[in-house]
Amino acid sequence: MTTETIIQVRDLKKVFDTGNKIHALAGVSTDIHRGEVVVVIGPSGSGKSTFLRCLNLLEIPTSGTVTFEGVDITDPKVNINLHRQKMGMVFQHFNLFPNMTVLTNMTVAPVKLKLKTKEAAEAQAKQLLTRVGLADRADAYPNQLSGGQKQRIAIVRALCMEPEVMLFDEPTSALDPEMVGEVLEVMKALANEGMTMVVVTHEMGFAREVGDRVIFMDGGQILEEGTPYTIFNHPRNPRTQEFLAKIL
Amino acid sequence: MQAWFEKLKADFILNFVQGNRWRYLLNGLGTTLVITLLACLLGVAIGVVIAMVRSTYDKTADGARKTLGRRLFGIANGFCRLYLTVLRGTPVVVQLMIIYFVIFASSDNGTLVAALAFGLNSGAYVAEIVRGGIMSIDNGQFEAGRSLGFNYVQTMRFIVIPQVIKNVLPSLANEFIALLKETSVAGYVAVADLTKGADIIRSRTYSPFLPLIAIALIYLALVMFFTKLVGILERRLRNSDH
Repeated sequence: MTTETIIQVRDLKKVFDTGNKIHALAGVSTDIHRGEVVVVIGPSGSGKSTFLRCLNLLEIPTSGTVTFEGVDITDPKVNINLHRQKMGMVFQHFNLFPNMTVLTNMTVAPVKLKLKTKEAAEAQAKQLLTRVGLADRADAYPNQLSGGQKQRIAIVRALCMEPEVMLFDEPTSALDPEMVGEVLEVMKALANEGMTMVVVTHEMGFAREVGDRVIFMDGGQILEEGTPYTIFNHPRNPRTQEFLAKIL
Repeated sequence: MQAWFEKLKADFILNFVQGNRWRYLLNGLGTTLVITLLACLLGVAIGVVIAMVRSTYDKTADGARKTLGRRLFGIANGFCRLYLTVLRGTPVVVQLMIIYFVIFASSDNGTLVAALAFGLNSGAYVAEIVRGGIMSIDNGQFEAGRSLGFNYVQTMRFIVIPQVIKNVLPSLANEFIALLKETSVAGYVAVADLTKGADIIRSRTYSPFLPLIAIALIYLALVMFFTKLVGILERRLRNSDH
């Protein structure tokens, strides 16, 4: 891990205005460094998913800035699509394309965006599939796969774009318990290779073992952050203590 | 019984054979199919454009800035909604007569005007079918496309639309079948379609039974034929649905 900042978040606010205003993010600031694994934890409705989705502007922040590799991507003049190519995202519900094979799921973006030839993209996709132990499923369709397999495919689909950072939005929450492990293994391997990762999760074991830094959020704010050891063993904020007492 | 058959035979000869009256039906059938086909093409074109405008406007509402482009887009969206309200809220016969007698009063090509009228009308229904198809695609598909770096149009083109086509083809085919039957009112504006053909025969022979039963059977056969095709299409789509 270096100290080079890859994503800088400053005073990020998001208000959902559906009749009554909901302050999903009430001013969040943090820096994410290259090679760092940041795990975001917190109760439901704490704004952690909104925070993650603001990082690649799937959610448009109401105010504040997100600076990715030195560029303020909240600036409307910035071509967000170019920056999203460098920010892989993994969703809770996988969001694989059901009408495409596993291989096409992985190659459609690099090929259609003309970043790679079809041959190069397929060669790379097959290599990635081998790495996650799914080389034999290249021609399967998503509905022929188990949840754990789907999520592993979703991870390598994002990796096909050769991102600088990977965002994980509760990647194991929709999985049967026995499939959580295989997905966490892939994420762990990715972390060990030095990938910058921001992970929203309820898997405290993963946070403790793989995380370089743990962020505890509640009420749309970062209440506490630090190394997994300090957060889990010596939480200072009473809300953090309460939350951890409930789930550990 | 014998007498009844004799009468039916005489009736048949009178209505279809004498004066080559069967030609009214054959030519009418051709006109009906031409109107239906042209109207269907026009309807799909209009429907897809309106559906794109409406769903894009709705999908991009969140976080949209009030720029000039957005305002113009809002006007376009409002126009589309007005179009849907008017075209779906008035009888197609009335629309047909307005277009023929008011807007194209100087035109004598009834077939084309009828095709235009039915196409405009069908476009409103197709728009809602296609919009429903777009909205039925899980938003996660859209977000996955965007997160991979596709822009809005690319996400639509490479990710969403291929899934939409699969979903709406059966409904579109049914709309085509409904359209085929709807064109039977084209006779209101002096278009010699299938129904008008039977009506002409009836007015010559003063014998309504056979001409009307004949066209009813022709419509029925056409609808059954196209329904069968839709069934095959649906099965094909289901089989490739993974």
